[in-house]
Amino acid sequence: MQPMTEQPQLLEIRGLTKGFPGVQALDHVDFTLHAGEIHGLLGENGAGKSTLIKVLTGVFRRDAGTINLEGQEIAARDPADALSLGIGTVYQEVNLLPNLSVAENLFIGRQPHHFGLVRTGEMRRRASELLAGYGLDINVANPLSSYSVAVQQIVAIARAVDLSAKVLILDEPTASLDAQEVETLFGILRRLKSRGIGIVFVTHFLDQVYAVCDRITVLRNGRLVGSRPIAELPRIELVSMMLGRELAAEALHRNQRPPVSGEPLVAFKDYGKSRLIEPFDLALRPGEVVGLAGLLGSGRTETAKLVFGIERADSGQAFVDGKPVRIATPRDAAHLRFGFTPEDRKTEGIVAELSIRENIILALQAQRGWLHKIPRAKQDEIASRFIKLLDIRTPDAEKPIGLLSGGNQQKALLARWLATEPRFLILDEPTRGIDVGAHAEIIRLIERLCEEGLALLVISSELEEIASYSDRVVVLRDRRHVRELSGDEVSADTIMTTIASHS
Amino acid sequence: MIRRHLPVLITLAVFIVGYLICLAQFPSFASTRVIGNLLTDNAFLGIVAVGMTFVILSGGIDLSVGSVIAFTGVFLAVTIERYGLNPYLAFVLILGLAALFGAGMGFLIHAFQIPAFIVTLAGMFLARGLCFVLTTDSIPINAPAYGQITDIAFALPGGGRLTFIAIVMLLTFAAGIVLAHFTRFGANVYALGGNRTSAELMGVPVGKTTIRIYMLSSLLAALAGIVFSFYTSAGYSLAATGVELDTIAAVVIGGTLLTGGYGTIIGTLVGVLIQGLIQTYITFEGTLSSWWTKIAIGALLFAFIVLQRGLSAASVRSQAK
Repeated sequence: MQPMTEQPQLLEIRGLTKGFPGVQALDHVDFTLHAGEIHGLLGENGAGKSTLIKVLTGVFRRDAGTINLEGQEIAARDPADALSLGIGTVYQEVNLLPNLSVAENLFIGRQPHHFGLVRTGEMRRRASELLAGYGLDINVANPLSSYSVAVQQIVAIARAVDLSAKVLILDEPTASLDAQEVETLFGILRRLKSRGIGIVFVTHFLDQVYAVCDRITVLRNGRLVGSRPIAELPRIELVSMMLGRELAAEALHRNQRPPVSGEPLVAFKDYGKSRLIEPFDLALRPGEVVGLAGLLGSGRTETAKLVFGIERADSGQAFVDGKPVRIATPRDAAHLRFGFTPEDRKTEGIVAELSIRENIILALQAQRGWLHKIPRAKQDEIASRFIKLLDIRTPDAEKPIGLLSGGNQQKALLARWLATEPRFLILDEPTRGIDVGAHAEIIRLIERLCEEGLALLVISSELEEIASYSDRVVVLRDRRHVRELSGDEVSADTIMTTIASHS
Repeated sequence: MIRRHLPVLITLAVFIVGYLICLAQFPSFASTRVIGNLLTDNAFLGIVAVGMTFVILSGGIDLSVGSVIAFTGVFLAVTIERYGLNPYLAFVLILGLAALFGAGMGFLIHAFQIPAFIVTLAGMFLARGLCFVLTTDSIPINAPAYGQITDIAFALPGGGRLTFIAIVMLLTFAAGIVLAHFTRFGANVYALGGNRTSAELMGVPVGKTTIRIYMLSSLLAALAGIVFSFYTSAGYSLAATGVELDTIAAVVIGGTLLTGGYGTIIGTLVGVLIQGLIQTYITFEGTLSSWWTKIAIGALLFAFIVLQRGLSAASVRSQAK
């Protein structure tokens, strides 16, 4: 029934404890990995997965507990030391050197050499052989940056395994891969597993957990929730282990609100920009949520940028309240009381060093002009109002926003635009990189906002999610709005078939 | 592959075109005499630029090199002329001192995570200040060994001379090329410039490499200082001011990315020669002020930085496809 438990214990962690000022990141966590096992490590953000990995690989020192590798107690001093002990890690953002050749990336620090000189030919030959074992036939003399993320990831895995890894830790390796690349990766993982390597697989994708893992361990708030063979674990149970509560089933159901009627608040006719997005028609009424769905690169973000004036349209006309308007810059859009929360929170949204208060009032202040400084008392009032309203979890409004969790940063970004009392808000991937709990809160927030008469344009990669709150869904493909779904058509299945259909 | 080497190829093209322009106007540019002098006159700049290339490849900067050159000259002049120290012993001493000085800067940069800019700026003031502690005068060096060394030269066909200091520079470049491209240390330098955090995670000895890089830079600056003292036969506290900036310019014009990770030693040689070429042209021209060198270098530097920016943007675009 459970072949993996017959395998010897490879890695045994007992009572691992690690605290940071104000947070108990790991609290007596046990974790057992067997040889030849793919072990899913799951948990919401802040569960302690990253801390566990970082303690294991020597980035952090543990406060208490033991780590045994093949029966020997180990304490890695740093990642290089962990690697020499046999624990290799591959991170989501491939931590290799893009400017060096593939061969150098594989062999840095242990290049074959002769009287102090690196034998490049020998190194390249061995690199090619090594990668051939992973089904990769590439020119190893080329810089790593000339290959796709998927190839880079395989190189990273090949490197870690070749460095005598007994334990391979994969920290969200699939986040930026497409379906086919994920399959290739899984094939490699299964092969490594059959060679007796123990693999720790950290991911947010439940499908992938079920596709490849033998066993899972769930952490929550730094504590061990449980460790179970995947075959005996129904999906709903796994989710409730992660959340610590039953899944709010209705969150995944279609929105049951009656269709919104009335005159559109904003409308775009034949709006487009050559080489960016084909001309489209789009209209939103007050209180309406329109979803933009499609694969990555299908033109969703491009549509949002055009609508908000980040890109300037070269055809068509925009209307607000039925009157033609010009949206050439984000400033124009803000004056029309549009708001936009970008996809990449960290680089385009938050100003990490500024306080939550300063981040929240940023757009409002910009709208008023810098000469009309918002009085401090007013700032405090706005900040505390939104912190309460959106349930931003922070001890006070003066904390640098960079210290908040992803979900709370997202809420603060929403607050920034809500403070300007917008009529039309564009949310680009509002739930990306946010843990499941905060995810549901953001969705509830979206629904509440539209009940208050706001028009919302929401971009999301998660089809169930987008179907749950949208009145209508525009499906995009290859930089074109291909179909608008409304009423009963709005469902994840229809969106998917529309994306997949040829027309 | 072409794109990777494009900056160096462009630098080389600029040099060749520049040389042809000079040649068209002054046919004597083809003589070995001019070429020999080009190498001799820029020997100290070339040597220090090799060290600077390593520093910039690793994503750092070393502002102290000009001061280290001056200090070396003053140290040699004072110890040899005032205290009668054997010149060769003085060379060994100053190279050792400079290596320690560089290692110290590297240690500060690594251990306290202080930007290299700040640490080497402090090093620059420190070394320059120490010059004045030793002496404020310009001290001529008359030791016989100096005469012997400067007399060493290979006669080139056509009347030119490949001087000892030119040979030292060429050997430094050769050693630099081997070090950068055929040793683990070289790979580690590129690794640091590519991504420090990744390099650390991959087990690159970041601290050791950082210390060695700045040690190498100061060591080569001292070697350049020795060469400079052969060239001028004197030690002077105000010598070689601004050389750090000429050096950085030569490295960047030679195709090394200021952000680190990309570049070659051979490119730096061409960068140094371009500077020398402009200088020589202005000397030949006779009517132009030598400040035109700076103006030309400034214009070139702008052009190259814009070019690098364009190239890296283009490579990002081609990746996105």
